[in-house]
Amino acid sequence: MRGRTRWPSRLWALSTGRFGVIVVAIVGLTALVARFWTPFDPQRVDIANRWASPSWGHLLGTDGSGRDILSLLMAGARTTVWVALGAGIVATLIGLALAALGALTARGVRESVAVLVDILIAFPVLLIAMMISAVWGGSLWVVILSVGIGFGVNVARVTRPELRRVLHSDFVVAARASGLTPWQNLWRHLLPNVAPVFIVQLSWGMAVAVLAEAGLSYLGFGAPVTEPSWGMLLRDLQAYISVHPGSVVWPGLTITLTVLGLNLLGDGLREATDPTLSRRDRDAAPPLPEVVA
Amino acid sequence: MIRYALTRLALLLLGLFVASALIFLTLRILPGDVAQMIAGINSTPEQIAAIRERLGLDAPLIAQYASWMGGIVRGDLGASLVTGTPVASELVQKAQVTVPLGLLSMLIALVIAIPFGVLSALRRGRPDGTALNVGAQALAAVPVVWAGMMLVVVFAVWLGWLPAQGFPRSGWDQPWNALRSLLLPALTIGVIEGAMLLRFVRSATLQAVGQDFVRTGAAKGLTRTQALIRHGLPSVGLSIITVLGLQVAGIIVGTVIIEQLFTLPGIGRMLVTDVGNRDLLKVQGELLVLTGFVLVVGFVVDLVHRVIDPRQREAE
Repeated sequence: MRGRTRWPSRLWALSTGRFGVIVVAIVGLTALVARFWTPFDPQRVDIANRWASPSWGHLLGTDGSGRDILSLLMAGARTTVWVALGAGIVATLIGLALAALGALTARGVRESVAVLVDILIAFPVLLIAMMISAVWGGSLWVVILSVGIGFGVNVARVTRPELRRVLHSDFVVAARASGLTPWQNLWRHLLPNVAPVFIVQLSWGMAVAVLAEAGLSYLGFGAPVTEPSWGMLLRDLQAYISVHPGSVVWPGLTITLTVLGLNLLGDGLREATDPTLSRRDRDAAPPLPEVVA
Repeated sequence: MIRYALTRLALLLLGLFVASALIFLTLRILPGDVAQMIAGINSTPEQIAAIRERLGLDAPLIAQYASWMGGIVRGDLGASLVTGTPVASELVQKAQVTVPLGLLSMLIALVIAIPFGVLSALRRGRPDGTALNVGAQALAAVPVVWAGMMLVVVFAVWLGWLPAQGFPRSGWDQPWNALRSLLLPALTIGVIEGAMLLRFVRSATLQAVGQDFVRTGAAKGLTRTQALIRHGLPSVGLSIITVLGLQVAGIIVGTVIIEQLFTLPGIGRMLVTDVGNRDLLKVQGELLVLTGFVLVVGFVVDLVHRVIDPRQREAE
């Protein structure tokens, strides 16, 4: 718990953390603003102005049907934020449930859950998504569910040993001895203590969600055609890539920056919430995110 | 060692069972009915019943699962609901594109990751080392689709060196043309995977630098780099094998997307088409083969790791 109150300032002091916070804040704010206002209606077709170059009127130019690319990106940020939050929530529920089952239950159950997690971790997120799409067809729910399941398992694997460690620490044993029920113990002592590890994982998981939205929407299993999304925009622009290569730069850069921001936010949070992290641990690369998009 | 191998083999078999059961059950909770879907809207109940019987869908779930598994043991993955072609033979045919693509991607990833990863570790704190690390971080955040598009713009549209998409109809009869059409796709996956792998090589190298045996080497008169190469690299190699195992999943996923972008007739593109067609029996076979492959690679990597790491052997 030492230094827990000061972690925001430590996060801000790190260049990675600051970058992550700023990028994530910008994307979040943009999504919020786009709820009420975008420079143009993102779906408005304007044939007279197709493939306009960047100008004061259209800061990032227009696409093949004259839609304003900046407005499309802003509206797409809403989709991205919604998918990332949704996947985060699903991953939290699944991750915590599996971690709790794997750490706090009777030995037989505990060990079987751990083995199950070890097996499930081999399922690539994209294959989970294909499996769900084959049954229900593509939608943003597919992205949310598949990333949520895939990353929830990841979260469980990392959180479980942490939970076991805290469970056997002196203050939890003391709390138990003084009459706290297991549930009270879970809320008061266990969860707050595994929260840092958990939040770091969640940040990385949301980066995967952003990539997965782009990739699955590109494949046609994510956002519906009517929904502005960064992956959809890539898909739309791809057909004209040899004639208008410039316009495809913007959605790609936007996705890259957002993913980088979330990754660095995760790195920063890890360093800021764990003052005891040694230099060697800091150098350890985070768990390998699969290429999802 | 034997004991470890047997335990690990049991885990693999359990994993294959869980994977197959999950795939089987998920693809069977379809709202509505596969038979109804095949028969079409204007079908009579008798037609639907006939289709259901032909596909064995009227049997209880356990029996259906058992007959699917029985087929797999004999190498029969079932047949497409749409075209009726056997899944196994189509997989073998499409593998002629996907397997070379995957191997080439992996090779490119290694060629990028190992030298630059070691370099970025040795030059840590200096401008070039930092630049390498930052560059790898940024590249690892790039969506593969977009990376592919940018490479197409540069190498196919502007320079005109390589084809922007497609695979020669004659396949590997014209090896050079076939290889040429796989270069850009493999480069796309390889560069992005390489950037992720680079960070692992870097952290493994940094850990090796701090180890006693490297310090001792340095103390007996080797330079730090010499000591690292002579005593540290084996342990770096170990962690690379682990990461290669993890990478296989990433490369499979990469090929699904990249084959779509470059219109390559491989397993990934086939899967996307079949999911789009809701060809459930075919998707079921394809998903099992792909996840099974990932599980088997994980098994092999763990065994290799055990065999070549002296520390793990001594631990027994």
